[in-house]
Amino acid sequence: MSAGHAHPLHRPGDSPVHRLAPQVKIVAAVSAVLCVVSTPRERFWAFGVYFVLLCAVWAIARIPPGWLAPRALIEAPFVVLALVFPFVAGGPTVAFLGITVSEHGLLSGWNILAKGTLGVLASLTLAATTSPGELIVGLQRLRVPNMVVTIATLMMRYLEVIGDEARRMRLARISRGHDPRFLWQVGATARGVGTLFVRSYERGERVHLAMVSRGWTGAMPDHGGPAGRAAWLAGLAPTVLAAVVLGIAL
Amino acid sequence: MSEPPALLVDRLAYAYPDGHQALYGVSLTVRPGERVAVLGPNGAGKTTLVLHLNGVLTGQGRVEVAGLPVAKPNLKEVRRRVGIVFQDPDDQLFMPTVRDDVAFGPANFGLRGDELDARVKRALDDVGMAGHADRSPMHLSGGQRRRVALATVLACDPDILVLDEPSANLEPRARRELAEVLLGLDRTMLMVTHDLPYALQLCPRAVLIDGGVVVADGPTRDLLADADLLAAHRLELPFGFRLD
Repeated sequence: MSAGHAHPLHRPGDSPVHRLAPQVKIVAAVSAVLCVVSTPRERFWAFGVYFVLLCAVWAIARIPPGWLAPRALIEAPFVVLALVFPFVAGGPTVAFLGITVSEHGLLSGWNILAKGTLGVLASLTLAATTSPGELIVGLQRLRVPNMVVTIATLMMRYLEVIGDEARRMRLARISRGHDPRFLWQVGATARGVGTLFVRSYERGERVHLAMVSRGWTGAMPDHGGPAGRAAWLAGLAPTVLAAVVLGIAL
Repeated sequence: MSEPPALLVDRLAYAYPDGHQALYGVSLTVRPGERVAVLGPNGAGKTTLVLHLNGVLTGQGRVEVAGLPVAKPNLKEVRRRVGIVFQDPDDQLFMPTVRDDVAFGPANFGLRGDELDARVKRALDDVGMAGHADRSPMHLSGGQRRRVALATVLACDPDILVLDEPSANLEPRARRELAEVLLGLDRTMLMVTHDLPYALQLCPRAVLIDGGVVVADGPTRDLLADADLLAAHRLELPFGFRLD
C-alpha cells in the first residue's frame, strides 16, 4: 500500500524499514518500548545502547535526526517535569554539575527523561516509516478486532472532513458578526459543536449505507499477505538486541 | 424465454419507522442497456426508491434485478449487480487513498491479487482518474471526487448503475466531463436528478415520481416539454431553456 495521505509524522521513502510489513514494525516498536521501560533506571549504559540501536534504524531508514528533533518536542512537558524533580524531591542530596539536588529526584528525573525520550523516538520512527493507512492494516493483521480497525479507518478519513465542516460553520458564524472573546460568549460555538455532532452522526449513517451498498459485511479488506519469516527476523532484530541488553541490565 | 428486465419494481410501498409513508406503490421496468432518469420534487420518494434497489430498505411489493429477487439470501449478489453512487462523494470515499477506496467494493465481493488490481485500474481508467490512484480523496477537486466515487462502484462491475444527483455541486466543466464519462459507459443506468437538462442529455427515458407513485413515464424530451406536468410537480426547466 502506498502513502497518499500527507501526514506530518510520516516521511515517505523506500528504505528496507519502509518496506517492512507494518505488523512487524508495530510489534518491534511496542516490544522495544517495553524493553526500555523495564530497564532499571540506574543502568545508564543500557539507555545508551538503546539509543545507538535507534540511530542504526534511522540510518537504515534514512531519517535525518534533524527531521525527528522538532517532532520530538511533543515530549517537552515531560522534560520540564524531569528537570523540576531534582529540586523538589526530598531525601539525601548530592552535588550535580555544581548544584545540590535531591538524589532520589535526580534519578526520577533521569528515569522520565531517558525512557520518555526513547519511547517518543521509537514511536516517531514507527510513524515516520509507516503511513497511517499501513498502521491500520498492520493492526488488522495483528488480529485487532474488526470494529476497532473500522473505527480507526473512518476516524482517519473523516477527522479532516468534520474539521472542514467545523471551519465552514465558524466562518458562517463570524460572517454574521459573531466574535467570541470571552467565556460567556461561547454559547453559539457550543451550539455549533452540538450541530456538528448531529451532522457527523447523520454522515456516519450515510457512510455506512454507502459501505453496505458495496458489499461490506464488517471486515475491512486486506490486500496484502502475511509477513514472511525473513521479514519478522529482520524487523525484530533491533528489538531482540534491546531484549538482550535488558537481560544483562536486569 | 425472453431476457428478464434489468430492473423490475412492482407495486413497491414503504413507510419509515416513524410512520411516514414514502412510497405508495411504485411500478417500474427497466430493460437492459436503458438509461432512465428518475425525476421528482424533494420528498417525492426518489432516494427511498433507490435504497430499495439493493435491499438497504425493504418494503412491500416486488423488486427484481435481472430476474433475481431482492431478498435477504440474495443480498450480496444484488449489491454487486446494483451499483449506487451516492450524492455526496465524501460519504462514499472513506479510505486513505483513491486506490484503496476503488478496491474496497470488489475486495468485499471476493476479488484478490492481480484480478483486483486489474479491476481497480480499469475502473480508474474509465473515469480518467488513473493518475490519482495514490492520492487521498481529501485532496481532489469536487469533480474528481465525483468521478472517483463513480469508479468505486464501476469496480464492482455492476449490471445497473444508480446515480443519486450526479451533477450536484459540480462546476460546468466537471459536469460536462462527468456526462462524457457516463455516456461512454455501456451500462443500464438509473439517474435520480433535479438537473432536467442533464437528464435530457444522458437519459432517453424519464420517470416522474411524486407523492410516492410514478406519475409519468416516457421519452425525456416529451416529459420536459410538458410545462403543465412539470408545474404540477414542482419541476422547472432552467431560465432560458426551451424545448420546442
